[in-house]
Amino acid sequence: MSELKAELKVVEGSYAVAHAVKTCHPDVIAAYPITPQTHIAENLSQFNADGELGNCEYITVESEFSALSTLIGASATGARTYASTASQGLALMHEALFNAAGMRLPIVMTVANRALSAPLSIWNDQQDSIAQRDVGWIQLYAEDPQEAADMTPQAYKISEDRDVMTPAMICFDGFILTHVYEPVALLEEELTDEFLPPFNPEHILDPKNPETFGAFADPSIYTEFRYMQELGMREALKKIDPVAEEFREIYGRYYGGLLDEYRLDDAEIVLVAMGSIIGTIKDVIDEVRRDGIKAGLLKIRSFRPFPLDAVRKALKNAGIIVTLDKNISIGKCEGALCTEIKAALYNTRLDTPVVGYMLGHGGRDVPPEIIKKIINKATRSMKDGLTIESSYADLKEEFV
Amino acid sequence: MNQRSPKTQPLFAPGHRGCAGCCNAMAVKFILRAIGSDCIVATPTGCTEVFSTPYPESAWNVPWIHSLFDNIAAVSSGIESALKALGREGETKVVTIAGDGATVDIGLQALSGAFERGHNITYICIDNEAYMNTGVQRSSGTPYAASTTTSPPGKRSIGNPLGKKNVPEIMVAHGSPYVATTSVAYPKDVMRKVKKAVETRGPTYVHIQAPCTTGWGFDTHLTVEIGKLAVKTGLWPLLEITNGEITGVHRIRKKLPVEEYLRRQRRYRHLFTTPEGEEVIRELQEIADRNAEHYELEL
Repeated sequence: MSELKAELKVVEGSYAVAHAVKTCHPDVIAAYPITPQTHIAENLSQFNADGELGNCEYITVESEFSALSTLIGASATGARTYASTASQGLALMHEALFNAAGMRLPIVMTVANRALSAPLSIWNDQQDSIAQRDVGWIQLYAEDPQEAADMTPQAYKISEDRDVMTPAMICFDGFILTHVYEPVALLEEELTDEFLPPFNPEHILDPKNPETFGAFADPSIYTEFRYMQELGMREALKKIDPVAEEFREIYGRYYGGLLDEYRLDDAEIVLVAMGSIIGTIKDVIDEVRRDGIKAGLLKIRSFRPFPLDAVRKALKNAGIIVTLDKNISIGKCEGALCTEIKAALYNTRLDTPVVGYMLGHGGRDVPPEIIKKIINKATRSMKDGLTIESSYADLKEEFV
Repeated sequence: MNQRSPKTQPLFAPGHRGCAGCCNAMAVKFILRAIGSDCIVATPTGCTEVFSTPYPESAWNVPWIHSLFDNIAAVSSGIESALKALGREGETKVVTIAGDGATVDIGLQALSGAFERGHNITYICIDNEAYMNTGVQRSSGTPYAASTTTSPPGKRSIGNPLGKKNVPEIMVAHGSPYVATTSVAYPKDVMRKVKKAVETRGPTYVHIQAPCTTGWGFDTHLTVEIGKLAVKTGLWPLLEITNGEITGVHRIRKKLPVEEYLRRQRRYRHLFTTPEGEEVIRELQEIADRNAEHYELEL
C-alpha cells in the first residue's frame, strides 16, 4: 500500500465499507440481516435515518433472495444498487446471481465471507463465495477493511463500464475484517465523485422507449449470450488494473490490480492466497527470510475474472508453489485456488510443483506458526523432490 | 438482451406463440388496454413469458422484464423503488403479470414481502389453475378434483385431493387497499378492475381466472364460454374488496348447476365415468352453494 493522504480513524471494518458505499451514492439498497454482514446493513440504515443517503431507497426485504431480486428490478430501471450478504444468504441468492449476470446488471455486493451449514457455523471461511464461482460475477477479495472500502467505488467503476456490464462481489472475511477495529482512511465524497462517474446505462426500463429484458433464448442463440458474458469478463480483466491506478491517482492508495506481489522477485517458495490471511503471511515471510528461506507471496485480488497471464508471469521463477485455501471441493480434497493455480500452469513449459493446503475453515484461527510449518514442509519437499497432495493444514486427527 | 419494438403496434402485439384460444394472451391484451402505455411490466417465468418473447422477438410494446419464476414481486418492488429514487415516479404504473404457479406457490413469499412493504405496485395473477407451461401439473391454484398430470384420477384418486388456495384473501390480510377477482370471460370487468387497481395507491391485487384450452381440455373457441360457466355456477365469484371490505359482487341472474361447467372440460371427465364421481360433484356443488351464500351471488 502506498502512503495515505487522508486522516486515519479507528472504525469497525463494516463501518468503513458502509461509509464507502455511501460515497458511491447508491439509488437502491436492499438489506436482509445475516451474521457477519449485519453491521454493514445497520450502518447504512443509520446513514439513511440521518438523511445522509440522499434519495436512496433503503428496502428491508424478507429474504436475501428477494434482496438480490429487488436489485435486479432496480438496476434494470437504471438505479445504482447495493446489497451485502454472507454464507446461507449468498447461497439463497444463487439462482438470482446467474440472472443478474445474464441480464448484464452491474449490481455491487459485499460478501462478508462465512462458512456454510451443516454443521452451522457463523464464522469465517470463503466457501460461500467460492461456491458461487461460476455464476458470472466479478469476484474481488480484500485483505483488510481499508482495501474492502476502497474496492467499493472501484467495483462500481469496473462493473458499470459499458464494455463490462457485469455484477461484482467484494469478498472480505467475516468477523476477522467485518468486526475488527483498526485505523482506516474513510472515503471522501468529493474524491469518490471525481473517481466514479454517475451510472448511465444504455438500456433501461422506460415507457418512453419500451425494451424487453430477459427474453428466452432457444438453442440457436443461448451460447452467444453466454459467450458475450465471457467477453464482458475479458473487458473487466483489462480494466481492473487501470481502475486501481486511477484510484491511486485520486486517493493515493494502491493494493495491486488483478493481483499483488510481496517479496516475489527472488522467491523460491511462493505462497498463493486471498483475503485476510495475506497480512499474516507477509509477517511470516519477513520472519523466515531472516532465516534465509526465500519465500514470497502472490495475492489474488481478482478471482473472477481469473488473471491467467498475470499469474503465469508471477509464478514463472518459483521453485515450489503453495496455495492456501479457506474452502474445499469435497470429493477432490482441494481448495479452489489450488485447482486454479495447477490449471494455470498447465499448457506452459513450467513443471513447478503445487502444494495445496486448506486451513482456517469455520473460523479456525490461522496463527503464524501454521504458515511457518507449511513453509518448512514445502522447503523440505522442494529439496527432496517429493510430491505432496493437497491436505488440511490444521486438522485435529483425534476428532476424526 | 434488449430488443427495441416499433411504437406503432398495439401494446401487446399479435404474432406471439400463444395457443389458439389462449386465455393468457386475452388477459394481457385486456390488462394493457386498461393501463395504457405508461407502465413497466414484470412477468415471471411461465407460459406468457415464453410465448411472448422468443429472442429476438417480443410482443411487448411496453417496457417489460422477465427475471425468474419465484421472484417477480421483489423485482417489481425494485422497479418501483428505483423510479422513486431516480425521480421518475410520475404516472408510470409498475405492474406484475404472473401465472398461478409463480403467484400462489413459488413466488408467494416475495409477493407477501412486497405487499407488506407497501410498494405502489399492481400485481395481477392470471390463474389457469395449474402449471401449464411445464405440462399441466397441479398448483395450489388447482381446484378440488381436477385432473392434472400430477393429480391424475385412478383407483385411489379422484383427481386433485386438495382445494384451491384463497390467495386474494391472503392479500386482503396484508392490508392491500384494493383486491379484486375477475375472469377473462368478462373483458369489461377485467379492464375496469385493473384500471381501478393501478389507480389505487399502494400494493393492489387482481386475480383473473383464465380457462386454458390445453390444460383444462376444451375446444379453442370455448375459452370465454367456459369462463362464464365458472362464474355462473358460483365456483368463481367476481369480487372487489376495498380496504378489507367487500365493495363489489358480480350477481348471477340464474345460478347454474356445477355439472354444466364440469361436463365441458376434460380435467373433470373422470367425475362422470366413475362411481365416486357423483359424490365429488355433490361436494363441488356444495362449494358453489357456499360461495353463493357467503357472497350473496344470486340476484
